[in-house]
Amino acid sequence: MRSRNNILQSIDWWTVVIYAAMVLLGWISIYAAIFDEEHSSILDMSQKYGKQLIWIGTSVLLALIVLVTDSKFFPTFSFFIYVLMLGLLVGVLLFGKEIAGSKSWFQFGGFSLQPAEFAKFATNLALAKYLSGLNIDLKKISTLIRAFIILAIPAALIFLQNDTGSALVYSAFIFVLYREGMTGSILIIALVTVFLFLLALLVNKMVVIVGLMLLATLLILVIRRTFRNIIVVIGMLLITSGFVFSVDYAFQNILEPHHRTRINVLLGKESDLHGAGYNVHQSLIAIGSGGFSGKGFLKGTQTKFNFVPEQSTDFIYCTVGEEWGFIGSSLVVVLFLVLLSRLIYLAERQRSAFSRVYGYGVASIIFFHFAVNIAMTLGLFPVIGIPLPFFSYGGSSLWGFTVLLFIFIKLDSNRMNVL
Amino acid sequence: MQKSKAFESRKIVIAGIFILVGLIFVARLFFVQIIDEGFARSATNNVLRYEVQYPARGLVYDRNGELLVYNEAAYDLMVIPRLVKNLDTLRFCKLMDISTGEFETLFNKAKKYSRHKASVFIEQIAKEQYGFIEEQLFKYPGFYVQSRTLRKYPKSIAAHTLGYIGEVSPREIEDDSYYRQGDYIGKSGIEKAYEEELRGKKGMNITMVDVFNRVKGAYENGMYDTMAVSGNDIYITIDAELQAYGEQLMKNKKGSIVALQPETGEVLALISSPAYDPNLLVGRVRSKNYNALSQDTLVPLFNRALLAMYPPGSTFKLVMALIGEQEGVLTEKTSYPCAGESSLPIKCSHTHNSPLALVESIEQSCNPYYWNVFKSIIDNPKYGSTREAYDKWRSYLESFNLGITFDTDLLIERSGNVPRPEYYDKYFGKNVWRSMTIRSLSIGQGELLVTPMQLANISAIIANRGFYYDPHIMKSIKKDDEIVPIPFEKHYTMVEPKYFEPVVEGMNHVYSGEHGTARWYAHDSIAMCGKTGTVQNPHGENHSVFLAFAPADNPKIAISVIVENGGYGSTYGAPIATLLMEKFLLGDFKKPWFEKKMLETDLLKLN
Repeated sequence: MRSRNNILQSIDWWTVVIYAAMVLLGWISIYAAIFDEEHSSILDMSQKYGKQLIWIGTSVLLALIVLVTDSKFFPTFSFFIYVLMLGLLVGVLLFGKEIAGSKSWFQFGGFSLQPAEFAKFATNLALAKYLSGLNIDLKKISTLIRAFIILAIPAALIFLQNDTGSALVYSAFIFVLYREGMTGSILIIALVTVFLFLLALLVNKMVVIVGLMLLATLLILVIRRTFRNIIVVIGMLLITSGFVFSVDYAFQNILEPHHRTRINVLLGKESDLHGAGYNVHQSLIAIGSGGFSGKGFLKGTQTKFNFVPEQSTDFIYCTVGEEWGFIGSSLVVVLFLVLLSRLIYLAERQRSAFSRVYGYGVASIIFFHFAVNIAMTLGLFPVIGIPLPFFSYGGSSLWGFTVLLFIFIKLDSNRMNVL
Repeated sequence: MQKSKAFESRKIVIAGIFILVGLIFVARLFFVQIIDEGFARSATNNVLRYEVQYPARGLVYDRNGELLVYNEAAYDLMVIPRLVKNLDTLRFCKLMDISTGEFETLFNKAKKYSRHKASVFIEQIAKEQYGFIEEQLFKYPGFYVQSRTLRKYPKSIAAHTLGYIGEVSPREIEDDSYYRQGDYIGKSGIEKAYEEELRGKKGMNITMVDVFNRVKGAYENGMYDTMAVSGNDIYITIDAELQAYGEQLMKNKKGSIVALQPETGEVLALISSPAYDPNLLVGRVRSKNYNALSQDTLVPLFNRALLAMYPPGSTFKLVMALIGEQEGVLTEKTSYPCAGESSLPIKCSHTHNSPLALVESIEQSCNPYYWNVFKSIIDNPKYGSTREAYDKWRSYLESFNLGITFDTDLLIERSGNVPRPEYYDKYFGKNVWRSMTIRSLSIGQGELLVTPMQLANISAIIANRGFYYDPHIMKSIKKDDEIVPIPFEKHYTMVEPKYFEPVVEGMNHVYSGEHGTARWYAHDSIAMCGKTGTVQNPHGENHSVFLAFAPADNPKIAISVIVENGGYGSTYGAPIATLLMEKFLLGDFKKPWFEKKMLETDLLKLN
């Protein structure tokens, strides 16, 4: 058995190296995104890339603090941390500062902190704690509902802050629940729902319904044509068609106008390139003009001349795409896939259910951010403002992800000590 | 433990979904970055601004180096409709001094041309207005200013000769790929004739702009930029002072003056009256002024000196005499009787001594004399038929460049009219017409038509005793600080030099003779030669015509003057020609008694 004190030997260096690589690439990309001749030093503290260096430094400090904390601290104080964070989420609704329409910031002097970024690891801890309890069976509706409530409270509070993107992140825990025994049909239904949702918006709804009818006919021809099977297929057809209609209805009547416009523009139904679709359009131009090997470091014209808004934060991936081309942007995708695979591998090797659930939670959250952020910059998904983990500029997000990830690295390093 | 193992295989599903999303991204990246090239183009369009550098158009000087045409800075307001955002139309219109209706029209026109490419929104904003606009322009993204030059004419003379520039037509763009929409091109006069010398060479600056359309520097350090090369300066043959004086003398009269330097064919003055100020056809006011000028009943845009055709009247007698001598049917001593008003078949409008010889016939402009000369040419027994003799006579006229054009840099000119024999065949019947039938030609009437330029050239031919250079406007081009003269062709008439002397003497007598038709204007130190003409005009008062050159030996100027509805050649033509010759030969001359009358006469008011 390894010494629990020899942390340097027991932590998973793969994950740490990938983390370090991403943070470094992110920093360089932020530098490139807002580079101008007047402030050409990457260490210029008046610029975002200078500030990001401070965030990186403090993140390293946070990571070290997490690594030297006793492993038992996390399962023990899971609910405490969770409640503390919920308190902060309530606090920000009462005392927070509104930035860009979202009331989700605490301001201390020149720096702002976003509690939503920390609520993720807290919620993950709480869920892990709950699911690692004895006699937990996710096949039972009551268990599922309790798990759902743990997720829904922070999501609802964040939604109230008008930060829809960060609220939606909690849906990523569906992967954790699935891994822990939730019936697979819920995952299938969720994925089909998302797919149908995008399809209903993207394609004429009558075309979708005709497609569904053809699929149903095909099913009936293939399967054993018992009365029960046929009824099930027809029932599914009715439900999916109803869903497509209700998406349309919801889209027209429930969604806020600015979300509706964004989705419409994304889907090519509106072509006001200077309005809501401008970001995506310019983002695609930036990435697309990168070509195979990119324009080179600091050579991106879209990037340098501010054609893409929010480029150092939500649209940081554009800088990678423009300056490093297909090679660079694919490499970033591959880096994320390696990290995610590594996290799943690490999670599966945990002895404790707590660590495993937590590990899957980390992977799910990072995956959600990765998928939605890049899909958005590539014009595959509506513009939902969430950062690209480790890359995007921002202290809260970097701190949040660092703590999220390093708690798991700590748990993993200590896995042999768990009985 | 048991539970965790139970669902371990589910990691495959989860990892599978993660990897599937990753693969979708890579596929999308492949499509966006490698397959679709439109994005790269859009990025270029976003950031690159192609700014044409317009060269300064060549300057125009007169023969003595006086500046006639120069450039003044003006500014075109350009628009890229795609970049126009959040426009405060009302304030913008107020700044630009246009109505919102005009704004709509202009903006739609620009959008129709291209949403992505720059086009001219308002052209040629004056310097004064520009200063004010420039300060405010940053508030209006999508608009920027491109500097251009306007032609300016400091002396306001010679509008017809200098011509004007205007925006290229679609056809001109098709003919010459040098031009782009909105470019300027010479439309008439020397601006058109020497367009390729004057225009220079356009340059191109490629700059990069940011999202706010602020220039961020040269593209690739200016590697693809080209400099504009200024047009060549040119010197034209016009004498600015003479031209100005001629225009002054012709004020309030219809008609024209052409003055040539006989030994070179250089046009010293080319006046068509009424004239207009060339500055009127410049800048934003051009189209308005152009419409007004083109609707003026006195047709000021019409260049009478090259385009109007008149019967030459009595001035044609000079040519008749020369042909007669060369044909051997007339000598200096040949004399014919004249019965004045009762002469047949052509009467003489005034009485004089009879019979009279060649020199006197010119001095006193005797009509019957030239009927006899014409008859002896056309009925010359050495030719088999009237038609053959007529053809010969026509070929003489052609050697005087009558009935044909000069085809030099005058660009637009008419050939006048010397009827072909076929015309008379058709009119009278074949072999029916005789010298008697076409007798009006003998005194420069009938179907015979000449332009003022051709008339001046006759004068130059006589001054040169038998040759002429094609009349032209271009003197020399300044290329790379070197002045390159432009050569023109020398022509000889079919009349030998020796036959010119009696005609020159006769013309001299027009001034100096006791009965000379221009004797009132004789100059005490310069020997002038002239010939009056009173052209019958079926539509009203006769036209006053005069052609002249001076000094008699070694002539420096040859001139033709036509004053429409001016009556006798001696009334207006002769004094005006005389004044101009004095001006040219003496510079600052003592104004004779008739100058005041010429300057003050208003023939337009009488009509």
